[in-house]
Amino acid sequence: MSDTPQPLLLSVDRGRCAGAGMCALTAPEVFDQDDEEGLVVLLRPAPAPEHRAAARTAVGLCPAGAITLDPGEASGRLRTES
Amino acid sequence: MSYDPTAAGTTADAATTEGPPTLPTDRRTGCPFDPPTGLTAPSDEPLRRMRCADGHIGWLVTGHAAARAVLSDPRFSSRYELLHPPIPMPGLPEQLPPAPVGDIIGLDAPEHTRYRRLLTGKFTVRRMRRLTERVQHFTAECLDAMEQAGPTADLVAAFAQPVPALMICELLGVPYADRERFQSQVAALFDQTAEVEAKGDAYTALSHYLNELVLAKRAEPTDDLLSDLTTSDLTDEELAGIGGLLLAAGLDTTANMLGLGTFALLSNPDQLDALRADPALAGQTVEELLRYLSVADPIPRAALEDVEVEGRLIRTGETVTVSVQAANRDPRRFPDPDRLDLHRGATGHLAFGHGAHQCLGQQLARVEMTVAFPALFARFPTLRLAVPPQEVPLRDRSNIYGVISLPVTWDKE
Repeated sequence: MSDTPQPLLLSVDRGRCAGAGMCALTAPEVFDQDDEEGLVVLLRPAPAPEHRAAARTAVGLCPAGAITLDPGEASGRLRTES
Repeated sequence: MSYDPTAAGTTADAATTEGPPTLPTDRRTGCPFDPPTGLTAPSDEPLRRMRCADGHIGWLVTGHAAARAVLSDPRFSSRYELLHPPIPMPGLPEQLPPAPVGDIIGLDAPEHTRYRRLLTGKFTVRRMRRLTERVQHFTAECLDAMEQAGPTADLVAAFAQPVPALMICELLGVPYADRERFQSQVAALFDQTAEVEAKGDAYTALSHYLNELVLAKRAEPTDDLLSDLTTSDLTDEELAGIGGLLLAAGLDTTANMLGLGTFALLSNPDQLDALRADPALAGQTVEELLRYLSVADPIPRAALEDVEVEGRLIRTGETVTVSVQAANRDPRRFPDPDRLDLHRGATGHLAFGHGAHQCLGQQLARVEMTVAFPALFARFPTLRLAVPPQEVPLRDRSNIYGVISLPVTWDKE
């Protein structure tokens, strides 16, 4: 986590997701779980500054490595949402 | 079901053989909250050689990063029949049997994934939070009964056991009134001193009970999780097995966290005062108690191929025993790890495991504890132990650590 969160771009892999809910618990503004399988639903691929720290924490906590982050604008790269 | 063959053991005393040491299991007297003596390693040794109960030389992982790496790597299998048991127990078979039907803890992908996906939707953060009022209701009920019978109680029997038991029963659709048909059976499954035969009897009794229940739900569905699952493609046998696993996990895990957690808070009055002063600290309290106590330990895995972990080469077939309680005391991850500090930000602990098998019911456990701890201390501001701390009996020969009973008392208003 950083005090001046850089822009970031998230993507999720529902195939890897274990449905443990750590992301929805940690960054509920950014992640949710579907009601059927409890798998990750990405609400905001490019979270607002106030949600970035929580989103980064969620990436680190994910037990299945199902969330990846790109330093969006910082690197100039973009990635298609899965 | 929750019959855990990794816990089914023999008296084969591997400690007499030459080679690396066995898994440390004895706690120092007067230190009920610390890992067994010798379990946590110097921080420059995240994994080391360990002798399993059958003499197999495997590995013991005590570093936080190494534990995460092993638990999230599909090259490490959870299949019981590939594991060498880390803990000696009476009646250890030559080779551990594979997981019984429905015990998804002992499966790998893709079988594990198929079952787990049927369940994860039932235990989401949102669904579990919706149960908050029910947990509050059960908590208040137990506290009322405890208060009326007081001013002394066994906190385990009056509070720590019934609150999660009432909740998991209602959620699954298991009549709480039937608890003599499952409560002691579940305890036997986790008991490391129980003979294999006794475990088998407990498992059979629990299976019979759940089979009856599943047939009843199919005939007449009610508004609960087991009835919901009858609409899936699970067979009766699978459904009964999964039901048993969920019941056992729901009964014996949070209950031990509530009992041992209360003991820990009463033993750290400055921390308890902080929680009392600020009930909003409940969420952090729960995470720190999970880290500090890590009651479900260890977690064994078997290498399916050669894997390097932190510079050490784990060979195909070797058993890797991951101690999450040791990992949660890794000073590189949690500074001053032996101190209970509700403000430390304990998120990232491995008390629920890590990887594809991370605890399915963890969001339920969080809701239960976040409600129950503050409610207990609000109801009894003068709650204290009724016996000297060293006389509190410990569950130190169970797969789930905790207190057997916790005699408490309080001043009557």
